[in-house]
Amino acid sequence: MVVPILKQGQYLIASIQAALTDADLLKMRDALAEQVGRYRSRGVIVDVTALDVMDSFACRTLSDIANMIRLRGADTVIVGIQPEVAFSMVQLGLKLEGVATALDLEEGLAFLDQKSRQRSRAPSPPTK
Amino acid sequence: MRPALPQNETRVAIGSDIDIVYARQKGRDLATRLGFSSSDGALIATAISEMARNVVLYARRGEIVLRPIERGGRRGIHIVAQDRGPGIRDLNLAMQDGYSTSGGLGVGLPGVRRLMDEFEIVSKNGEGTRVTVKKWLR
Repeated sequence: MVVPILKQGQYLIASIQAALTDADLLKMRDALAEQVGRYRSRGVIVDVTALDVMDSFACRTLSDIANMIRLRGADTVIVGIQPEVAFSMVQLGLKLEGVATALDLEEGLAFLDQKSRQRSRAPSPPTK
Repeated sequence: MRPALPQNETRVAIGSDIDIVYARQKGRDLATRLGFSSSDGALIATAISEMARNVVLYARRGEIVLRPIERGGRRGIHIVAQDRGPGIRDLNLAMQDGYSTSGGLGVGLPGVRRLMDEFEIVSKNGEGTRVTVKKWLR
């Protein structure tokens, strides 16, 4: 199952539609890293609303995506983690630390807008 | 009257990442049929995912066996992950949070134990590993 990646202005939205295998997750990761350069995108949203399980591999891949996209000069936000999925992740000990998350697509877009405003005000922040 | 306890056992052969997805979907289906909440269903599916992942990672192939159980009027789900892989050299170490020999997150086995009500692991060097977990309906 290939994850469709939509171009929305200066952002990319990866909209997961169904359960993904490890190979599908890695394909999505590579496609995002490539397309962020091709479209000169400023931000990436990964919508996981349709996922009913996020295990250690999925979390590690999402964390890798966020790090790779940051190294490519853009921001990433994961949106739509369902309440029971969040509960399972916490029980399992998966915190997805250092990765931005938002409730849904709308909040995710607002987050990226805010991030790009910050970037345009201070192109090279002295800290972090 | 509550529905009759489904008696059948489901065996899922595990040999690739596709089987991991299939096994956890089968587990969630059974959990739903047994009356588990959607949130417990997510816990069960996540545990199966980690158990099946360990099979693929360390033994390459094995199986997941799912079946309904009943004890003292309580119902639950019984899940076994078994393989004939190399076995786990140091079980105490493998059960430690953050320990991993595969470069993974090291949440696997201790994480699964937290998700389930009962947890048992048997492993013999060179002979394989069997992880048995149970979750009871509340």
